[in-house]
Amino acid sequence: MPDQALTLSEQILSHAVGHPVHAGDLVIVEVDRCMSHDSLTPEVIDSLRNELKAERVYDPDRIAVFIDHVAPAASVATADAQVLVRQWAREQGIRQFYDVGYGVCHVVMIEEGLVAPGQIAMGTDSHANAYGAVGAFGTGVGSRDMALTMATGRNWLRVPETIRVQVQGRFRPGVGPKDVSLYLCGLLGLDGASYQTVEFHGLDWLDLDGRETLCSMTTELGAKAGIIPPTGPAAADWGVPDWLALQEGAVYSRTIVLDLDALTPQVSMPYATDNVAAIAQVGDVPVDMVFIGTCTNGRLSDLQAAARILAGRHVAPNVRLLVIPASHRILSEATADGTLATLLAAGATLGTPGCGPCIGRHMGVIGAGETCLSTGNRNFRGRMGSPNGRVYLASAETAAATALAGFISDPSRL
Amino acid sequence: MATIWLFGDDIDTDQIVPGRYAPYMNSEAELGKYPFIEARPEFAREVQPGDVIVAGKNFGCGSSREYAPRALSVVGVAAIIAPSFARIFFRNSLNLGLRLFETDIRERVSDRQAVELDLARPGLLVAGEWLELPKPPVWLREAWAEGGIIQYYLNHGHLPLEEGA
Repeated sequence: MPDQALTLSEQILSHAVGHPVHAGDLVIVEVDRCMSHDSLTPEVIDSLRNELKAERVYDPDRIAVFIDHVAPAASVATADAQVLVRQWAREQGIRQFYDVGYGVCHVVMIEEGLVAPGQIAMGTDSHANAYGAVGAFGTGVGSRDMALTMATGRNWLRVPETIRVQVQGRFRPGVGPKDVSLYLCGLLGLDGASYQTVEFHGLDWLDLDGRETLCSMTTELGAKAGIIPPTGPAAADWGVPDWLALQEGAVYSRTIVLDLDALTPQVSMPYATDNVAAIAQVGDVPVDMVFIGTCTNGRLSDLQAAARILAGRHVAPNVRLLVIPASHRILSEATADGTLATLLAAGATLGTPGCGPCIGRHMGVIGAGETCLSTGNRNFRGRMGSPNGRVYLASAETAAATALAGFISDPSRL
Repeated sequence: MATIWLFGDDIDTDQIVPGRYAPYMNSEAELGKYPFIEARPEFAREVQPGDVIVAGKNFGCGSSREYAPRALSVVGVAAIIAPSFARIFFRNSLNLGLRLFETDIRERVSDRQAVELDLARPGLLVAGEWLELPKPPVWLREAWAEGGIIQYYLNHGHLPLEEGA
């Protein structure tokens, strides 16, 4: 029995350093997995070569590299940067290299089993929190932090405090994990979990897709990590280490009790993720574009949920519906089970698996005066294109209902 | 003399450098043209090396993009003073050697006010009045003094907090 009960973050970081550590402690840990994508890897390479003078990375098998942020390349500048990234990955012997079309880094990391329960993973992307979906400690860092980790195999962390979200009940029709995330954004604010971990309890029944949505969105609360205990049917074959389990008496900085039966679809309005309202309060906001995709909500269950709503119907005139499956595997599965055909028949168009227009770089950015409802994770001014465009965030169900109506619409009322 | 640039709460990285102005999309050489290019276009034109950003809570929230603090570093911002910083922005700034001070001084200064910054003490001379800035923990101060964690590692062969090899 441990002397003092530990949170999941404390357990993972204690295991990594070999002795019990607690919130507030500073630790140096071996990092089990480094994820780096096309957007920041050129800077990582520059820092490795020119600052750290690291000709070889510490361990190429701990590194996974993705081309997903501008995929396929949208310009000569991005194409040239991708040439550099490919050459470097080859030269370093990095075997986990996922080129254009494999999909969004976080989704593929989990699909391919590159992160496992109890591991520590760092990514050059703020939404690396997603790895908590499988019970890993995933956290985002910048390019020099990644270069240091790739060169040395380790990095520093402050052991975070943990906010516990105790979930009760089940979702009503038309309501899902994204609504939980947006509700929490509204409740806690952009820094409501700053420097902390968010643990979700009471979700043993939840599938992996939903867990990924919840964990990735903890980033929007400022969280260092978001972790769901790797228990329940979804986790049956994950090989969870026996030292990783909820401990009675672990200390939480705050507990939030959330009753799913009372939750309604939520919408985040311009220009901040925490500007959230229940959909009934949002009004009939007309939209020009609906985007279903991203690491937050571009998974098979999202596409299937949208297809159920759009089946046999057609999106409203003057609305363009862009669907970007988060990975090649999801695209293949959605093709095989007819989901894609349903979406296309309803008027959707399709993009290459990857980040799409979420970061406002290509493949469907919005212009001045345009409004997009996106299943993504951010709606800061200029996030998806013009600073004079407006982005609303919601679930795939709300996105589908909105595409049908032409204005923001409640899927639970269909 | 340095000039104060005053900002509000929750300044996100999309305001500091929008994603489409990333070095990946353009070139590293142009990065200095882009800090606050849409949120406050006069900033990049008029900021002078040594200037100071004073802001509200949660400065730098959002993306992991290191080019956001790097763009501020490139144009010579000497320090950012805010009651709190988003965690990745904090780490990135530490790695770059960009000095951050966690305190709220918005009521004590005005936008575009001329001040003197003393990073060594550390403090700010505002209209003849000395404003003490909080000292970070020793290990952070050491890393910052050497130009950031990368530079610290190069100088010592180990990370701060680690026993010497």
